[in-house]
Amino acid sequence: MTLLRKLATAAVALGLASSAMAEDTTKVGFIYVGPVGDGGWTYEHEQGRLALEEHFGDKVETVFQESVKEGPEAERAIRNMALEGADLIFTTSFGFMEPTLAVAKQFPDVKFEHATGFKTLPNVSTYSARFYEGRAVQGHIAGKMTESNIIGYIASYPIPEVIRGINSAYIHARKANPDVEFKIIWAYTWFDPAKEADAATALIEQGADVILQHTDSTAPQAAAEKAGNVITFGQASDMAEYKPMPRVSSIIDNWKPYYIARTQAVMDGTWESQQTWDGIGPGMVGIGEITDAVPEDVKTEALALKEAMANGDYHPFTGPLKKQDGSDWLAEGEVADDGTLLGMDFYVEGLTGDIPN
Amino acid sequence: MDLGSINPVLLLASLMVAATPILIAALGELVVERAGVLNLGVEGMMITGAICGFAAAVGTGSPVLGFIAAAAGGAGLSLLFAFLTQFALANQVASGLALTLFGLGMSALLGQGYQGIKPPPTDKLDIPLLADIPALGPILFNHDIMVYFGLALCAAVWAMLKYSRAGLILRAVGENHDAAHALGYKVVRVRVLAIMFGGACAGLGGAYISLIRVPQWTEGMTAGAGWIALALVVFASWKAGRVLLGAWLFGGVTVLQLNLQAAGSALPVEYLSMSPYLITILVLVIMSADKSRAPASLGRIFRASQ
Repeated sequence: MTLLRKLATAAVALGLASSAMAEDTTKVGFIYVGPVGDGGWTYEHEQGRLALEEHFGDKVETVFQESVKEGPEAERAIRNMALEGADLIFTTSFGFMEPTLAVAKQFPDVKFEHATGFKTLPNVSTYSARFYEGRAVQGHIAGKMTESNIIGYIASYPIPEVIRGINSAYIHARKANPDVEFKIIWAYTWFDPAKEADAATALIEQGADVILQHTDSTAPQAAAEKAGNVITFGQASDMAEYKPMPRVSSIIDNWKPYYIARTQAVMDGTWESQQTWDGIGPGMVGIGEITDAVPEDVKTEALALKEAMANGDYHPFTGPLKKQDGSDWLAEGEVADDGTLLGMDFYVEGLTGDIPN
Repeated sequence: MDLGSINPVLLLASLMVAATPILIAALGELVVERAGVLNLGVEGMMITGAICGFAAAVGTGSPVLGFIAAAAGGAGLSLLFAFLTQFALANQVASGLALTLFGLGMSALLGQGYQGIKPPPTDKLDIPLLADIPALGPILFNHDIMVYFGLALCAAVWAMLKYSRAGLILRAVGENHDAAHALGYKVVRVRVLAIMFGGACAGLGGAYISLIRVPQWTEGMTAGAGWIALALVVFASWKAGRVLLGAWLFGGVTVLQLNLQAAGSALPVEYLSMSPYLITILVLVIMSADKSRAPASLGRIFRASQ
């Protein structure tokens, strides 16, 4: 009898303890499109997750799944994470937008955060960074540095995010050097080192001496290093292992403060659906060290451009600007509104080639 | 469109590089299939070779040791397949698929800690005088040693299968394992050796990607090259020369489509992206209109009778 009572007490105590623990810890899940070791996009999100663990310690439990394909597989992965009791789930690729919304409708009590999307629900927020601000800085350096006047651009998928980056880089490269020409290759992948390396090689063979990339691996940097006199920029992450040449600067995504703030909001019960789009100013977009391979005056100009965007004096999409077909877009001094930028599906005047559908 | 910006010499030179990994892996699989074994684990063995070669090259600072380790890694993994199919008499298709999944997982595990590291560079083999010939020089005589290894391997496999006694035995085992057994040939031994050769070749092909073509280590970096090698063997109707043609076609169209994009071709990108697969298969299917066929014992389990 006593034994039974002891056991029962123990069981109740255990039950209380575990439910108390469950209340104390907030479970945060991450769905990644690439491997955490890609050295670029997913790597930086993973740094955000690690920062979350460090900041909250035992109060938070994190789980992640890497290399999740965009499409049906993503929906399954997100649903699994919700079923496993995650309180907050970050889905970190544009292609996860519809799967995130589909799962969010089934789990109204779970909070979802989708990176780079534009659709929300009461329990789905979106967040993204104004990478185009960083691309303006890169475009400027690229335009000043190129000697062949041919700049190669490895693009991933024809979505507004990528098109915005191409336009921003092109506008500022042209301002720095009116003779600049862009050659663009659509890789149709975020992450395929062999294909990215081949694309970079093809661009270099066609005369490009600057390679810009919107794919996640460091393979283009390696190809540029092999070719010799070609410069590149780190994408999403610093890619410091290729300093000081070929990588002369980088755009760095910094998700840490955002992840900590949103997890705190879930803990406090103050989480609300919102749309965050921050740039260089609040520090969501960082410009990696501009190396000595860049002449001092170009470096000063690039940093001034960065500063002007940070304090709001300058917007990368300021008129006069025309669209590729020659029609007017922005009048003198007019600034593009966020709606147009978020849905951007056209090249600006001067870019050649068509955007694939 | 500015086709003038495509340099045919550089294009043909990149073709040789792009074709090499699938060529080496496909030649290995060709030998395996001519011995009557269907090993669908090429992708798994390639990625295993990629990480084994990478780790060894980084650890020792020598790309040559890296390639040796890659061959050993691929052959080692293939032994697992050999054990399952030749001794445990397991189904070859299922075992091969399992080998691919196992190789992908194991390479990801082994690769922890090798991300973001640069491997030692493999020197280009500038053949004096020959490399200076205009046009032909850069295309043919200015590559790393593995490109030549791939070509030599192709010639060696062709000659071995066609003229040597070992090749004759291998083919006999692949065509009719019962007859070969009755004649006193060691069917299982021949097949295990062929499987190991295939594994070593796949490993070398994988290491070519991680040490020379990309060069870095990332999970899943072979990205389907093993499956392309497998398909090449079938479409090339189990002939070494056609495997070479197929690898060049596939590598060439892959590089060409990227170049066409960069040159601003009017063709839609989607068509360009699928063109390497379509063109390679089409050409090889047309070429295989003759009576060549698969080895008769391909994929069949051999049970030694008395």
